[in-house]
This record gives sequence, C-alpha cells and structure tokens, in this order.
Amino acid sequence: MTRHQAPDLSPYSSLGEALRAALDKFQEHTCLIEADRERENCRLSYSDFNAAAQDIASALQSSGFAEADRAAIIMSNQSKWLIAAYAVFCSGGVLIPIDFKLTAAEHLALLAHSKTRSLIVEFPIWRALTQSPAFSNLSVVQVLVTEAPKNADLKGAQRWEDCDSTAPPRFVPRRRTDLACIVYSSGTGGRPKGCMLTHSNYLEQCQSLMAWYPFWPGVRYLSILPTNHAIDFMVGFIGPFVCGATVVHLRTLRPEYLKEAFARFKITYASVVPMVLKAIEGGLRTRFNELPPFRRWVLDRLITINRLLTRREPRPELSRRLFPQIHQALGGELRALITGGAFAEPATLQFFYDLGIPVANGYGLTEAGTAVTVNDLNPFRSDTVGKPLPGVELRILDANGEGIGQVAVRGPTVMQGYWNDPEQTAEILVDGWLLTGDLGRLDSSGHLLLLGRLKNMIVTEGGKNIYPEDIEAAFAGLAVKEFCVFAVNYVWKQQSLAGEQLMIVLRLDPGAEVTKGLLDDLKSRNRSLADFKRLSGYVVWEDDFPRTASMKIKRNVLAEQIAAGSARETALKEL
Amino acid sequence: MSTPDQTLLQLIDLAASHFRVPASELNPDDDFFKKLKINSLQTLDLLTKLESHFNVELPDYELQGVTDFRTLADRIQARL
Repeated sequence: MTRHQAPDLSPYSSLGEALRAALDKFQEHTCLIEADRERENCRLSYSDFNAAAQDIASALQSSGFAEADRAAIIMSNQSKWLIAAYAVFCSGGVLIPIDFKLTAAEHLALLAHSKTRSLIVEFPIWRALTQSPAFSNLSVVQVLVTEAPKNADLKGAQRWEDCDSTAPPRFVPRRRTDLACIVYSSGTGGRPKGCMLTHSNYLEQCQSLMAWYPFWPGVRYLSILPTNHAIDFMVGFIGPFVCGATVVHLRTLRPEYLKEAFARFKITYASVVPMVLKAIEGGLRTRFNELPPFRRWVLDRLITINRLLTRREPRPELSRRLFPQIHQALGGELRALITGGAFAEPATLQFFYDLGIPVANGYGLTEAGTAVTVNDLNPFRSDTVGKPLPGVELRILDANGEGIGQVAVRGPTVMQGYWNDPEQTAEILVDGWLLTGDLGRLDSSGHLLLLGRLKNMIVTEGGKNIYPEDIEAAFAGLAVKEFCVFAVNYVWKQQSLAGEQLMIVLRLDPGAEVTKGLLDDLKSRNRSLADFKRLSGYVVWEDDFPRTASMKIKRNVLAEQIAAGSARETALKEL
Repeated sequence: MSTPDQTLLQLIDLAASHFRVPASELNPDDDFFKKLKINSLQTLDLLTKLESHFNVELPDYELQGVTDFRTLADRIQARL
C-alpha cells in the first residue's frame, strides 16, 4: 500500500500562507464539488477557488477591513463557507465561525460578544436576523449575503454575487502567534466562551492529524458536518486543501442522497457524528436481516474472517474483496469514517470495522484545537478514543484507585484562552494545562478511555455541546420559587457517556404542587428551544437551593444533595 | 390544491402511518420530536415522504427551527 507523507507546514506562519501555497501548487486539481440531492451546484479547481476568494477579499478590504478585524461566517455546509474563510485569512482577519443552527437571538449575541466587523451570511439566516427584536442592536460594519432572491430586501447588506475584484486584494501576512479564529464552545444563552485559537494552534493540529490520516491529490472528502464544527474545519477544509485533495459538500443529510454521494463521488474519507453513524448501521443491519438464511450465514463467516485478518491493522484491499457489494455501494474507495465530539458506541464502531470500514474515533474539544486523541488503527480499538496525537501530552489528575481522574491536556494546539474573559480562562488553563472537565483513564498501551464528566454539561449524539446554564434563560419566570438545569449524569454519576440528557430541578413555592398549568408552561418553553437543547425530565426538590454569598446557586452542592437524597429512577420524571 | 387544514390533516396522517402511531394521538401543535420520539435524521426521512406525497421539494433548511406539525404544514402549503 502506498504510504503518503504528511505535508510539511513548518515554513508557513499562518493559515492564509499555507492555503495560498496550496492554491498555487495544485491550481488545476479539483478542490471543491458542491452537490444538492442529485444536482451538482458547482465544481471548482484550486485556481477557480482562488479567483472566487479574491472577489470576496476585495469586497472586505474595499470596505476598510484591516488586519486583526473580525469577520463572522454563518452558513450551512457549502462551498462559499470555505471561500469566505480564505478571503478573511488573506485579508489578515480573525474568523468567527458561528453555528448556523442557533437562533437569531443567539447569533446576534455572539456577533456582539465577538465585536464582529464583517458578517458573511446565507440569505435565510440574514432574513431571520433582520426579523429578530434584537436586530437593532447589531453593530457590524459590513454584511455580505449569499444566495438572496433577486428582489429581496437585503436591509443594507451587500450581495455576495455582486462582489468583483476590480482592484486585486492585498495578501496581509500574519504571525504564528496571531489569532486565527475565535470559536464559541458554549455560552449562547449565558456567558459566552470564545476560544482564541492562533495560526500556530491550527498548523500544529493539521500537521499532527495529517501524520496519522494523510490526504493527497485524488482523495475525496465528503463534508456533511457544517464547517463551523471544529472537525470539519480541520479535516474538511485545512487538511485536504494543504494536501491538494477534493472536498465534496453535500447540502442535504437525507439518507438516500448521502448513500448515493459516497458512490457517485467515490469518497475516501467522511466525518460523521455518531447519530449518522448509527443511522447507516441501522440501514445496513436491516438489509442483512432480510438476507436469505444461507447468504446471511456466509456474510457472518466473512465477517469473522475479516475480523481475524485485520486484527493488527486495517487491510482495505482485502476487506473490499470480502465484501464487494458493500464497498461498491459506498464507491469502493472509502478508507475510513471519522467521528468524534460525542460518544460513539463501541458496538457500532466494531460493526463498521468488521465490514472493512474503520471508524477513526477520537476525542477533542474546541479549547484544545480539534482533536486530542485519535484511534491510530494499529490495532483498531472500539473501546477507547485512541492515543494522544503527536505533540499532545495527557495527564489524569487526582486519579482514584482505578486510575480514573480528570483529563488534562498540554500541547501546541491548546487555545490561548477565552476571548475577553480572564476569569473563565484562569479556571480552565492552570499551569499550562487545559482542564477538560472530562473523566477518563489511560490504559497500559496509552489509549484513553472516557468514563464520565466532572463538568455539568452534555454532548448530544449530533455532536453539540450543551451547557445547562445556557438554556436556563428559556425558563425565566417559571411559576416556581427557584429552578436549576443539570446534566442528569452530573447529579447521578455513571461511568459512561452514553445517552446524556438534561433535566430541570424545581423548587416549588411553599404548599404548591406540580399543576397541569406548570407542566404545560414547562413543555411549551422546552419546545421553544432547538431540539438538541431540550430537557428530557424534571425533578421536584423540597429544600431551598444552597447559594453563595452573592446568591449564586452552588450547583455542585445541590447536585450532591439531590444524588444523596433521591434515586434517579424515582425522582426524575419524564417531560 | 389542498386547503391549509387539509394539508395539516394529511401531514398528521402520513406521520402517524410512517412512525406507526395512531393519528388520533397526534395534535397539530405537538412537538413531533418528542411525541414521535424521533431525532433530526428521522425527521428528514419524514420530509422525503411528505415531498413525494405533496409533490414539492422541501430543502433541509425548511426544517430549521420547525418542531410542530402546524408550522411544518404551513411550510408545505407555501410551496404547493
């Protein structure tokens, strides 16, 4: 099997420089394909990409955009996201990638917090922003709107399609220590946490990831995660670009088009959240169960043989010969699926590996760049989140008798701190170590096993980090004496990250009961939240909440009291 | 062309048969994620069924922020 070398990014001082060199080196190679269902929206060479980005960089610079100015992108997963990002880096700017699935009010809050100067946004999102009550507070200088209908009222925004580089833009150099991005890891409803990541953080991360999972011209990466997601930003943009690979954007997640895209574009790698992984697994298992008994028996024997022959390392050619129909249906070129950011069930990972489709399961957090550990597949381990990437140091703090403690990270990819928030920075960055708030242990071979959380938060199957404090605002004014939102596992600890849920703890007024009116109000407010942020249950608590001198709820103390005073099965009611 | 009420009723019937729950248990303002115990991917599956029934194309982003049958029916109606 051909061994591909990781690119050497050491000569470059910024993401802009590394990308510019790639655009120059791979001019005629295809860099982007954008598909929507069975339609192909566009196909760009590296040279086309450069020309498109020059138009946007020119529009930014002619409006006065200067080095270190901040530009936000709010777009679903599509080619213009990458074009806009490169235009920002070319112009020496700091990129603010914002999750397009947040509400308009949340978008506006993050734009204000980041002091964004220029906003690049899709028309439906812009329309929602302009209709929000908080829109009048928006203070950005420039707005570029993509894909707006011809006669739409753009409320003073500039149309992306009208940008034209009559005056070629300047390439503004940046240093490795300069900020490249501010990425919000939480705080949409409370206190925003904007992770400050430098050009060095990203270049180092890219270098180490590409050492284990190399890209090269000819590789096709299927991008279905939004590019504001840390994984897609790295392995669906920076990584493939510096290696001359092709990124295929699919603008729908419908299973029928997703499957077709693998075959149609002969995909080499794709990143998926565990929810999508389980959906693909479910589809395959259904088909397997429908096989006639003899064919099913043969399939099961082949799976056993494949498992035996690949126990040391994946053997893609062999697996493709053992399961030709499965691999042909996926295009015949798939080398690995990449997942992380949320708990993936070991049985699901093993299911794919046994069919010759390794899943590169990893662990990371925005505060540490993208990934901290990744499964190196030598050998494949479905029960762990892999080993630390080159250059990353891991420590287990305050380990108990079983070696389980808080995971701490140190290395060149760790953020500089939270934007404009030294207090929260000091809590998470201690003596050069990033305290992750996750519980785990390292096994004898250096693999990390994640075994719960120390912090009060959940990660959904869709890869979304949800902090309870961020959604409490949605329940303000509830007809109770006081309330508090918790991750269920933060209160009743369990050594697993499976099935994480949120709950609300209600302290009723003296003599009051849970009425239908209260429950209806609770359900109605719950429904107003994005589906991935919703509470799954409630607990009625009989005592006043413990509070600090400044009247803040002592969440950790309250959690301990609830766990000591009640069992999950009886106290937690479904909402 | 269906009236808005007809669209809503047809939508509820389709959701009920697709996810095998009695239509009588579904109400227009129900949160379909919770009521049908489905995730966003399963909802996309339902959208495909709806597109085929109503002969319209519903981009994924049409579902953004939509959680109840009535609003979903409105989005379909706007494209009929």
